[in-house]
Amino acid sequence: MQSALSISFSQTSLPLANRPLCSSNAAPSTTPRNLRFCGLRREAFGFSPSKQLTSCRFQIQSRRIEVSAAASSSAGNGAPSKSFDYDLIIIGAGVGGHGAALHAVEKGLKTAIIEGDVVGGTCVNRGCVPSKALLAVSGRMRELQNEHHMKAFGLQVSAAGYDRQGVADHASNLATKIRNNLTNSMKALGVDILTGFGAVLGPQKVKYGDNIITGKDIIIATGSVPFVPKGIEVDGKTVITSDHALKLESVPDWIAIVGSGYIGLEFSDVYTALGSEVTFIEALDQLMPGFDPEISKLAQRVLINPRKIDYHTGVFASKITPAKDGKPVMIELIDAKTKEPKDTLEVDAALIATGRAPFTNGLGLENINVVTQRGFIPVDERMRVIDGNGKLVPHLYCIGDANGKMMLAHAASAQGISVVEQVTGRDHVLNHHSIPAACFTHPEISMVGLTEPQAKEKAEKEGFKVSIAKTSFKANTKALAENEGEGLAKMIYRPDNGEILGVHIFGLHAADLIHEASNAIALGTRIQDIKLAVHAHPTLSEVVDELFKAAKVDSPASVTAQSVKVAV
Amino acid sequence: MAVSSSSFLSTTSLTNSKSNISFASSVSPSLRSVVFRSTIPATSHRRSMTVRSKIREIFMPALSSTMTEGKIVSWIKTEGEKLAKGESVVVVESDKADMDVETFYDGYLAAIVVGEGETAPVGAAIGLLAETEAEIEEAKTKAASKSSSSVVEAVVPSPPPVTSSPAPAIAQPAPVTAVADGPRKTVATPYAKKLAKQHKVDIGSVAGTGPFGRITASDVETAAGIAPSKSSVAPPPPPPTPVAAKAATTTTNLPPLLPDSSIVPFTAMQSAVSKNMIESLSVPTFRVGYPVNTDALDALYEKVKPKGVTMTALLAKAAGMALAQHPVVNASCKDGKSFSYNANINIAVAVAINGGLITPVLQDADKLDLYLLSQKWKELVGKARSKQLQPHEYNSGTFTLSNLGMFGVDRFDAILPPGQGAIMAVGASKPTVVADKDGFFSVKNTMLVNVTADHRIVYGADLAAFLQTFAKIIENPDSLTL
Repeated sequence: MQSALSISFSQTSLPLANRPLCSSNAAPSTTPRNLRFCGLRREAFGFSPSKQLTSCRFQIQSRRIEVSAAASSSAGNGAPSKSFDYDLIIIGAGVGGHGAALHAVEKGLKTAIIEGDVVGGTCVNRGCVPSKALLAVSGRMRELQNEHHMKAFGLQVSAAGYDRQGVADHASNLATKIRNNLTNSMKALGVDILTGFGAVLGPQKVKYGDNIITGKDIIIATGSVPFVPKGIEVDGKTVITSDHALKLESVPDWIAIVGSGYIGLEFSDVYTALGSEVTFIEALDQLMPGFDPEISKLAQRVLINPRKIDYHTGVFASKITPAKDGKPVMIELIDAKTKEPKDTLEVDAALIATGRAPFTNGLGLENINVVTQRGFIPVDERMRVIDGNGKLVPHLYCIGDANGKMMLAHAASAQGISVVEQVTGRDHVLNHHSIPAACFTHPEISMVGLTEPQAKEKAEKEGFKVSIAKTSFKANTKALAENEGEGLAKMIYRPDNGEILGVHIFGLHAADLIHEASNAIALGTRIQDIKLAVHAHPTLSEVVDELFKAAKVDSPASVTAQSVKVAV
Repeated sequence: MAVSSSSFLSTTSLTNSKSNISFASSVSPSLRSVVFRSTIPATSHRRSMTVRSKIREIFMPALSSTMTEGKIVSWIKTEGEKLAKGESVVVVESDKADMDVETFYDGYLAAIVVGEGETAPVGAAIGLLAETEAEIEEAKTKAASKSSSSVVEAVVPSPPPVTSSPAPAIAQPAPVTAVADGPRKTVATPYAKKLAKQHKVDIGSVAGTGPFGRITASDVETAAGIAPSKSSVAPPPPPPTPVAAKAATTTTNLPPLLPDSSIVPFTAMQSAVSKNMIESLSVPTFRVGYPVNTDALDALYEKVKPKGVTMTALLAKAAGMALAQHPVVNASCKDGKSFSYNANINIAVAVAINGGLITPVLQDADKLDLYLLSQKWKELVGKARSKQLQPHEYNSGTFTLSNLGMFGVDRFDAILPPGQGAIMAVGASKPTVVADKDGFFSVKNTMLVNVTADHRIVYGADLAAFLQTFAKIIENPDSLTL
């Protein structure tokens, strides 16, 4: 969950996400020719800094690991080039570093990965992975408690209850298992796992503990930590961050969640299913501001209004004091605009879910004249680090949350792979617009590409037309069989050429359904072509199929598309 | 639209087969629901099978499993506008989403019953659709006196099991016990606030007993006079012990709960019904039945229906007139030592509503004319549905009428509500072969009426005489319209 989280919608000027990093700073002079954009559609996506997208990530890695391990273990960790200890040194063994390491070995690079804490980083240990375990529990609790739902199935269930420690153990067991998978996959490939905090000493030179090693290329992948706005005192018991919440050491009767982004939403799902009441505190004027407005409107009707949740919008939590001396947790709210005191809340606990801050202190960046921007390491669109003078630092890359481009675990991994592609001689630019994001509430929310307002703004600027297609889960046989007809899928596209600009899904298994759209965007597949593809019936994927079929595109299907693919 | 592309979905698979709340959906990009029902079955339930003009009601659809009422966001069509099958007519906002409701028939939007921004319960008519232009006027009259159909439906509605006793019950929350308090900061949990809003409890007047003096959900429930619901997910040790403590006071040894049974706490309405039913056991009752020929009544109904008169009003009026001649049946015995002749004849009519039962009261049913009575009834049903009945509008009855005829029930027996002398259970009117005194057979519509009365004050002969009078009024119904 956490690594996912990017945009922190909630508190004041967060040092987070989304600054226009690459766009202005990228040094065009050094841009090599012969770009491979990975199917990137420049005309649609350009390079404006992405404003939305954030999220929790998926846990695909364990599966990926097995596959790539099998594929490349024969190759083994490559031999180092003569003058360096390693071909590639990665600082940080989170999901981004791990993805880069596996790909590097596959490409024949001798690779080392430095980790000062535990392998797996935020995602595996304190983020997406354990949160998915909690959400798996909350989904079942929610279902079992829904008498109406059960009755509709003809099922009778007596009062559902849970054992808090059992739930917490499930989350920590899952994290342990995934961490071991990750570690083993790297060991099996011969990646050197070096323990200690890594720091850059100079060009191509890294220190960890008391050791100094050299590498031809270096990737910084140090990730992020929960961001806590000033005025908030975190004690780890009653005022907590996601790091603590995932341990589920208590289930408070009433918890305030500061921030209604992905992390906050997912935890509200967990806590309300376990019997807590929740109060959201959101700095912006509406909840879930990062989503497509239509999706967030629907999500609010399903995920917030009917549950034991209330909310305060347009306010900052200016001061939060943990429970002590027989007093509850006190939260002082001030108006987000006027800064006038608005209200005081007394709750049993507060979860700070205001986003994540990059973890880049102590990296020795001063040794190479790199100045962070609110903690983020500036990079160009190839993840090459930019120094204080706006020049590229040779052989130094930064991926993942530390560069703030898109704070998602799978984005970090994709950036790492992109870097390895580059250092092994194949230029590659990652298309961030094709990276999907998901929020694992019940039901789930997922998205890829632009939201409707973003697409309209872009269309206006560039002079093309935008159309919207929508389908409902209510019409889907599989969803109805599950009695889960609540949901909406929405596609924003160009009617003139059939290009998909964005897809947003709210409904059962939305996070799994988004990939058909994200792959289409990544590969540049047009609607008129993909609508001819066949989906098994009855499956939820027909919701997306309907979406493609509902679109009205002026251009005809490309005749060659299919035959070409067959030939390949 | 995209409907065609969902080749695998047949409409029937989507449409809830229950007749009154139809639910359906579609496939097209804008979510649509098709919700229509002909009013014919509803209004002619007690009548012969003649097919009349095609005025259909557009119903508030159930857009989600949890939706109980919906708000009209906007009418896409205006009154008098022609509609083609499949066109969107109205946008409805449920607790979840805005959805277009589309027509399933060609025709004209004759009348809008529920305007923009207004709210209606699921299954309530929100508009009328006429099949031809000529019928628009008729539909409009109908809309103006919407009682005609709504009354009957009010008794029919929704699936909630008909098992509930036909006897009436007072079903509104007990008055809130206000706790005056100084200018103390009110701290209420999110769910407590939601409940307070739902039960119209002033949160400021609730005493908080939760941690740090905060108002919790159970405080609000107590204030609203509801048995606190099982705390949905009592964390670690949620021993599912049967909390049937309440029932234990009245019923003796309960058999142990069967494994896997679920315990559902009573709602406020159910608690009220339960209390009244238990109380009724202290009254010695007896029952007398009577067959009534309704041919003349049916003919009269046909005549006055366009003027907004409902069957409920006709029956209430007839009962009121009969009671006027037999005041003892309209009397009540409260203490078992004396009884009182009631000054007014107030007919309570049992209405099944949203999973419960309530008895709006038609006051002075013998004195008001049929049209005023119908008007009044429409108003009461509207209030009952929106839970806005004032106490005197549901607890001032002196005699109760309960009608299950629309279900095809031929006869049933009602439980006497506390404080009243008698309750009348009305069955369906059915064509019946009757032999007259000369031995000629003929087919006449006959309905069976069964009255339950308090034998402390009403005796067999009283009841029989009352029923005879009632039957005479029904069989010669012209006096009803005077």
